[in-house]
Amino acid sequence: MTSSAESPIGASLPRSRAARFVTGKGRYTDDFTAPRMLFAAFIRSPYAHARILHIDASAAMERPGARRVLTAKDIAAVCKPYRAVNNIFPTMNSPLQHAVAIEKVHYQGEPVAIVIADTRAQAEDAAEHVQIDWEPLPAVTDAEAAASSKTPVIHEGFDTNLCFQTKIETPDIDKCLQEAAAIIEESFIFGRHTGVPLEMRTILANYDASDGILTVTQSHQVPHELQGIYARQLGLAESKVHVICPDVGGAFGIKLQAYNDEIAICAAAVILQRPVKYQVDRLEAFISDVQARDHHVKAKIALDANNDILAFAVEDIFAIGPYPQFPRSSLQEGFHVIQLTGAPYRFRDYRGVLQVVFQNKVNAGLYRAVGQPISCALTERMIDMAARHAGRDPIDFRREHYRREAEFPCKSPSNVALTKMALLQCHDAVVDGMQIRALRKEQAALRERGILRGIGIATFVELVNPGPNYYTNAGLAVSAQDACTLRLEPGGTVRCRVSLSEFGQGTDFSIGQVVAATLGITASAVEVECGDSWTAPFGGGSWASRGIMMGSEAGWRAARTLRESILKTAGQLLQCPAESLDIRAGEIVEVSGRARMSVAELANIAHYRQGLLPKDCQPELTATSHYSPRDLDYVSSAGVQSSYVEVDAETGFVRLLRHGVSHDSGNVINPLLLAEQLRGGAVQGIGSALYEECLYDEDGQLLNGTLADYLVPMAAEIPDIEIYDVATPWQPTGAPKPKGVGEAGVAGASAAILNAINDAIYPLGASIAQIPCTPERLLDVIDRARKPPAG
Amino acid sequence: MPMLNMRVSSPAALIDINRIETLRGIEDRPDCVRVGAMTRYVELQESAVIRAHVPLLAMALPLVAHVAIRNRGTIGGSLCLSDPAAETPACCVAAQAQIVLAGPSGCRTVAAEDFAIGLYETERQPDEILVEVLFPKAVSGRIFFVDEFSRRKGDFAIVGLAGSIRDKGSTVNDPRLVFFGSDNRPILAHAAAAAIDGRPWSDAVRQAASESLDDDLDPMDSIHASANYRRRLAKVLLSRVITRALAS
Repeated sequence: MTSSAESPIGASLPRSRAARFVTGKGRYTDDFTAPRMLFAAFIRSPYAHARILHIDASAAMERPGARRVLTAKDIAAVCKPYRAVNNIFPTMNSPLQHAVAIEKVHYQGEPVAIVIADTRAQAEDAAEHVQIDWEPLPAVTDAEAAASSKTPVIHEGFDTNLCFQTKIETPDIDKCLQEAAAIIEESFIFGRHTGVPLEMRTILANYDASDGILTVTQSHQVPHELQGIYARQLGLAESKVHVICPDVGGAFGIKLQAYNDEIAICAAAVILQRPVKYQVDRLEAFISDVQARDHHVKAKIALDANNDILAFAVEDIFAIGPYPQFPRSSLQEGFHVIQLTGAPYRFRDYRGVLQVVFQNKVNAGLYRAVGQPISCALTERMIDMAARHAGRDPIDFRREHYRREAEFPCKSPSNVALTKMALLQCHDAVVDGMQIRALRKEQAALRERGILRGIGIATFVELVNPGPNYYTNAGLAVSAQDACTLRLEPGGTVRCRVSLSEFGQGTDFSIGQVVAATLGITASAVEVECGDSWTAPFGGGSWASRGIMMGSEAGWRAARTLRESILKTAGQLLQCPAESLDIRAGEIVEVSGRARMSVAELANIAHYRQGLLPKDCQPELTATSHYSPRDLDYVSSAGVQSSYVEVDAETGFVRLLRHGVSHDSGNVINPLLLAEQLRGGAVQGIGSALYEECLYDEDGQLLNGTLADYLVPMAAEIPDIEIYDVATPWQPTGAPKPKGVGEAGVAGASAAILNAINDAIYPLGASIAQIPCTPERLLDVIDRARKPPAG
Repeated sequence: MPMLNMRVSSPAALIDINRIETLRGIEDRPDCVRVGAMTRYVELQESAVIRAHVPLLAMALPLVAHVAIRNRGTIGGSLCLSDPAAETPACCVAAQAQIVLAGPSGCRTVAAEDFAIGLYETERQPDEILVEVLFPKAVSGRIFFVDEFSRRKGDFAIVGLAGSIRDKGSTVNDPRLVFFGSDNRPILAHAAAAAIDGRPWSDAVRQAASESLDDDLDPMDSIHASANYRRRLAKVLLSRVITRALAS
C-alpha cells in the first residue's frame, strides 16, 4: 500500500471536470443533438384547479414549423398512467397520475398538451394558437385548510384531501407531558422552496423503430432507475431503453424522481419516431420543478424541575401538492420531521404526528436535506427556548444534553436507530472555531450602543445512505446497491465506471481517488465515467448523501481485486512471489522499495505481448465489485452550524456576518470538494432561511416565478462560510468510510439563522418562528412586542 | 429583452438602433452635460465628466443591478421603461435633467420631473424616441446623496432616495428629495422638503419630516413589500440619509 503521505485519499485535488466547466466546454443535455431532431413546447395549465372542456389545435397546426400537437389521448395510446406506491405506507392515498392531464388539472403548470415543431421558438409560437376551453374550479392552497374536513376535496373519487397520516409515540408521553415542570410551545411555519439548479431539467428522447431502442439523454440523478421507469410506462423491454446523463448542472433532488413532462417527451418520441428535445425554461421550472418544505408545525419541549429534557412533541401538517411524487412518493420529508426532532439530545418520551395533505400547488417532495432542516429548526429553537427558561447559556445547555458517544448505537424515542455521531466534537469545533464566547462579549458591548447582534447554534442529525431494507420493503424498483468496474488499459490508465452519478459534487473524481490510493497509482491515472445506464455497471445513483459512501466502498473493493491481479501477473513475469511486491505511485516495486517495472509496462505486456507471459498466466485486467450496505438501514451523521447576525430593528433587515459549519465526515477523501459541498449547501440553507419562498395567491397562482422575484442569495449576501470539519484519518488497512455531506450544509443553516435572529431580537421581547425570516415578518414581530395588543 | 423572452411583449418588428452613433456618448458642453440615450451604464460609470458634473448619477450607478446589466443597460432604455424602482430616472429628476424626444414633427424637451407619468408610462409618444438627456452641471456647495433599501445587493429598490442639500453646517438647507421604488414613478417629496428646509436636524424635525412624507408618498403593494412597509422604510431612509449628509 502507498504511504498515507502520498496517498490520493485525503488530498485536496481539483476535480477533473472543472477545467471543461470553467472554459465553457461542459457537455450538458442541451448540447446534444440528433439527426431529424424536433423540439417540444408544453402548454401548461394557467389554473391551479380546472376542468379541460375542449382543446382545439387546428390553428396551431397551421403555424410555420408545427409538426404535431399531442394531447392526453395521444399520449395515453403509448404511455400508461402511474401512481406512487410505497409498501411501507400502505395507507397512503395516491391518485393515478397522467403524463399529460386528462379532463382535469390540479396545479398551475400541469402539462395539458405538447406542441412539436422544427424549432423551440416555432413550437412556442404555435402553442399560443392552441385554443383551450376551461372551467376553473376553486383551489385548495393552504396546508391547514387542506387538512380540514370542511374543505372541498380536490381529487374525484377520494373523500379526503389527506394523503397520509401517522404517529410515532412512546407509551408514557401523555403522563410525561402532564407531570412536566415546564412545557414550552411554539408554532412554526416553513415556506415552500425549490432547488433552482443552474441547468434546468432537459431531455432528448430518440426512438428508433428499426431496432426498437429508446435512447434518452437527460439531466438527471438516476439513469438506471429511469431506464426501468420509461420501459414500464411505454411497454418496452428494459433492455431496449438506454438512459444517458451527461454533465448535469446541479440536481439537489429536484432531478431524482420521474416527471410527467419527461415521460411525455419519451412518449412523443415513440409516437413521432423522431428525436424530440425539451428543456424546461426558467419560468416553467418554477411551476413544474418539485418544490419542498411547506410545513406547519406545533412543537413542545417538556422539562423537569432540574430543567432536564423530558420530551419533545411535534404535530406536522405537510402540504405536498396534488400527488405524492412518482415513484418514491414525497412522504420522507414528513417522516424526517417526526423521526429526527430531538435526535441529538437525551430525553425519554416523544410524540410525532404527521399529516400529509393534498393541495392545488405543484408537487412538493424530495429536495436536498429532505425534512432535516425542519426537524433541526424545530429542535434547536425549542432547545434555545428551554435554555432561556433554565437561565442557561445555550452552548452549555446543549453540551450537557447531547447524547454521549458511549450511548451509540441506540434507538431514539422516535424509534430511529442512531449510529455513532461525534456531537460534542462537532459542537466544540464550531464553538472554538468561531470563538463564540468572544462573540458573546462583542454582542453585549454592541447592545449597549443599540446594535442588535445575535448568535445562533444549531446541531443537526441526518439519516444518510439509506440501505437496501428500505427500498426492498417499500417494493420500489430503486437499487440500494452500487458497483464499480475497473479496466486496466494499455499505458497503465485505469478506466473506472461507476453506477453513482455526478452533478457537480465531484463524487466521480473522489471515487477515482479511492481507486488510485487502493491500487497504488496516481489519481491522474484513473479516468472515471458515470451516468450511462448501459455502459456503467448497474446500480442506484446519487441521492441522500450516498454517492461517495457507496462509490468509495465499491471502488475500494474493485481496486483490491485488480491490484491482486496486477501483482499476480507481475510476480509471474518477474519470477517472484506476488506477496513480495507492492505498487507505489504507479510503479511495481519490491517491498523494500526497489522499482521493478511500471504498471504501464505491465499493462502493455498484458495487452500486446502475451507471448512474453508464462503459458499458465492469464491476467485478469478488468475487475468489478458490487456493494450494498446490508448491515444498516441508514447511517446517522451529525454536525453543528452557527450564525452571527445583525438585525436592523428599524427595517427588519438581517445581515449575516459569519456562518460556520462543522460536520462529522468520517474518512475524508478530498477535503477541498468536501468543504465546497458544505459551503454550497450552507448557502442554499441560508437562502431558504432568509430569502427563498414560492409565494402563491389563494387561487394557487405562483406570484414570484422568476429569478428576479424568487430571491436566491448572491455572493454579496453571503460571508465566507467557515468550515470546521471533524474528519477521521483513513487507515489504509480497510475501506475508507466517508460520510456523505450532500445534505449537511442545508440541514442546519435555517436553524442557526433562526436562532441567531431570535437571540438578536430577544432584548426587544420579540421572537419569530417562520422561515423564511423576511424583513417585513421580522419587523412585524418586533412591532407586536413593542405594542402589546389592547385588552 | 426579458419581456420578449417571457413572451409578455411580441412586437411585429424590432428595430436595432445600435448603429446610430448620434444616440451615443457623453459630451461636456458649456451649459450642461449631454448624454446620448444609448449611453450604457458602464460608460457613465467610467466617465470623468459625469463624476465631475453629475455626481449624483455617478454615486447611483453602483446601485444599478450587476456588472452584466450595467454593460448592456442604457440611460435611455431605463428612462423609457420607467420602472418605478430604477435609480437612473430618479437621479434625472433629482438632478433636474431635461429629456429630449424626437418625433415626426421634430424634437421637444421634457423636464425629467414630468417625464414619468405612471407605472411603466412616460410622456414619450409611440412615434417618438428618446434621443438625449441634458444634465445641468452641479453647482458647488451642494451635498448629494443616493441610497436605497433592497433585499439583495443589485435588486430593484424597495424604496430609494436620491437628492441633495445645500452645505450649511448642521442646518438642512434647500433640500431636493426624490423617492423611488415606493410609488409608481419617482416622487419629488415637496412636503417633506418643506418640513425640514432651513431647520436644524433635531428629533422633532426628523419626526415632522416623517409625518410629511405621508403627504408625498402613496406607496405600492407588491409581493416584495407592502405599502406600509415601503412607507416605513422611506421614513427610515430619509432620516438616515439626511443625518449622514449633514455629517459629511
